[in-house]
Amino acid sequence: MNFDFSQDDKMLRDQVARFLSDQCSSKTVRGVLEGNAAYATEVWDGLVSMGLTGTAIPENYGGVGAGYLSLCLVAEQLGAFLAPTPFSSSVYLATEALMLFGSDAQKDHWLPKLAAGETIGTLAVVETVAQTTAEDMALRFSAGQLTGKKLIVADGGISDFAIVLARNPAGDLGLYLCDLQAGGVVKTAVDTVDPSRNSTSLEFNGCPAELLGTEADGWAQLETVYDRAAVLFAFEQLGGAQSALNMAVDYAKQRFAFGRPIGSFQGLKHMMADMYVALKLAESNCYYAAWALSTNSPDLPLAAATARVSATQAFQLCARDNIQVHGGMGFTWEFDCHLYYRRSNYLTLQLGGLTEWEDKLVSSLASGDAAA
Amino acid sequence: MDFGDTQEEAQFRAEARAWIAAEAPTYLIDSLTKSGFGGVKTGDFDPMVEAKLWQRKKADAGWACIQWPVEFGGRGASPMQSVIWNQEEGVYGKLSGSFIIGQGMCAPTLMAYASEANKARYLPKLASAEEVWCQLFSEPQSGSDLAGLRTRAERDGNDWVINGQKIWTSGAHHSDFGIVITRTDPEVPKHRGLTMFFLDMKSKGVVIKPIKQANGESGFNEVYFDDVRIPDSQRLGEVGGGWQVSLTTLMNERLAIGGGIATGFPEIKELVDGLALASGRAIENPAVRSKLADWYAKSAGLKNTSARAMTALSKGEMPGPENSIGKLVAGGMMQDIAKFALDLQGLGGVIVDPELAAHSARLQAMLLRSPAVRIEGGTDQILRNIIAERVLGLPEELRADKGMPFSKIPSGN
Repeated sequence: MNFDFSQDDKMLRDQVARFLSDQCSSKTVRGVLEGNAAYATEVWDGLVSMGLTGTAIPENYGGVGAGYLSLCLVAEQLGAFLAPTPFSSSVYLATEALMLFGSDAQKDHWLPKLAAGETIGTLAVVETVAQTTAEDMALRFSAGQLTGKKLIVADGGISDFAIVLARNPAGDLGLYLCDLQAGGVVKTAVDTVDPSRNSTSLEFNGCPAELLGTEADGWAQLETVYDRAAVLFAFEQLGGAQSALNMAVDYAKQRFAFGRPIGSFQGLKHMMADMYVALKLAESNCYYAAWALSTNSPDLPLAAATARVSATQAFQLCARDNIQVHGGMGFTWEFDCHLYYRRSNYLTLQLGGLTEWEDKLVSSLASGDAAA
Repeated sequence: MDFGDTQEEAQFRAEARAWIAAEAPTYLIDSLTKSGFGGVKTGDFDPMVEAKLWQRKKADAGWACIQWPVEFGGRGASPMQSVIWNQEEGVYGKLSGSFIIGQGMCAPTLMAYASEANKARYLPKLASAEEVWCQLFSEPQSGSDLAGLRTRAERDGNDWVINGQKIWTSGAHHSDFGIVITRTDPEVPKHRGLTMFFLDMKSKGVVIKPIKQANGESGFNEVYFDDVRIPDSQRLGEVGGGWQVSLTTLMNERLAIGGGIATGFPEIKELVDGLALASGRAIENPAVRSKLADWYAKSAGLKNTSARAMTALSKGEMPGPENSIGKLVAGGMMQDIAKFALDLQGLGGVIVDPELAAHSARLQAMLLRSPAVRIEGGTDQILRNIIAERVLGLPEELRADKGMPFSKIPSGN
């Protein structure tokens, strides 16, 4: 047994961490948060020039072909530095959907552009302020065109194309690839709890689109993409949780009250110990899910849901209690605590919230091996 | 990453599996499978007799304490082989529960501090459970604050004379020997005035009284020392060096990984799978599903953390204090699970009669035993201190007794 990442993977992680440490300070995150840019273009360009957008794309499509264990550690660092880029939408969702379900022609056309970072893609699903169900999908695909509205699309304002869940005249759901630059799409920015990531509503008024995968399999395909992306999102959450915990610990060592460092009070110590415990459990579950993703294990749906549930818990706890450790200063705009708090709650709701992933976890348990 | 065995590991596993299949007490498998959350169950057979039989059989064939050197009764096996052995021994490993303290904690202390003659005399019999050992650390006035212990050892020629009282001594009533930490100098700060010894539990002046626990069982004892004489040759470490010796003992608690700590998850899963609530099937109830998911994620997290520790061990690295999370997570979880499991069963949930209760009343046993898990071997609060100070590097607690001679420390009585 060898339950650890390889030296090559770790070197890549360190390289990404160094780059982000130089180029993606909280000032960069705040630039997007405060509305100066839709995303951090120089960070994106740097990630692209390191070949990271093509980490899991095979070499024959212009990628690096380094695989998913590498990509997981890249995601962890993007989460740790709160990178305000469309990496998750383009790489974990759009690229994955194309690699899984694209025709040869679609892969030939899009994957090299995605690998080279010259094209940004996203996935458009949510139509209502409610948990998403197949029954609620109203957006139509008919005669080669999409008509209807997606309420909130991650990075929708930045993306060049979107993979859109839509219903055909027979009433079946499918995934449809739509070039957002072709016209006919109305993009409206949506304010969210985390303005450091772009969120946009997309209204399609008869926009040309083409089928991705099989016509009646849209929902099942979406779930397959979500299971894989959940692992990568969980690594982003893990990175964010670690950074929030580090921030809390550093502050608790420096800040004095009642004549001693506040980190020497058990009330705060025990809070941070619990943050660490949540983080460690999430980390180990994420590692296992990384293995399941990289080997296409039949255990992937359960492993992904497990990683996602515990990483969501860990990031939410660490971001929340990082504010508590900072006291009043933690509630100022000036301190970075709210950046983690915002991102933790934003990432929780991507791909469906904690309740939905808990439910998926139990469904996978019921159908598979329950030995834990 | 790779979860498979290497070729050598697979070969070792096959060898262990074949031996266990041929030699294990299969007549105990049903009762052993239902054991847990209290004493080991062996049906109509005496648990200690069966435990010693199995241990002796393992020792004769070279399968006892396999990581120990061969000359002390072990096999010189690697940490990874030890993990594989534990996996293969499976439910039969529960039989060795009464030997864990002796083999897992006393033995490493003897290996580090006993004379060569004493190692040769005591370790092989400890491995084969011909002699059982206990650990005499906690006292009525010093639990979490172990270094505040008061049992005195006073020099008298070549002997030491011990007076005082120990408590929470697991298995003292069936132990032949014990390691005991004592205060030899009350006029220096508390950590510096301690000395460790080992003694024959049948020595004159040793009185053992079982403690009736809150759950009605008696796994622990009070041990009284009344002018008990121990020769200086049974001292472990320097006079005044007892605290360092005790750290060796306690550090080995954390190495007991791989066996898989009980969390209660399989029990709650089994219960809800077959249970109907007033609202319909339990497994379809959203509150049940949410809790089940949380508990699965935690127990999988522990299992995966343990797998990472095994990887570190197999690369020759030492598992660190981060392994303190195991008992902290499992103890609270077990208590929550038991409470929830009873809640799902209406008033019938209070029944502890194994003939009437669901699943032989294992969840009720868990409810009554689990408070102790959060206390024994380091309370939840002490474990959080360890994580905060040794893993996160947060400043130490302010100690009112720091640097003060032991005799001057306020005791509240």
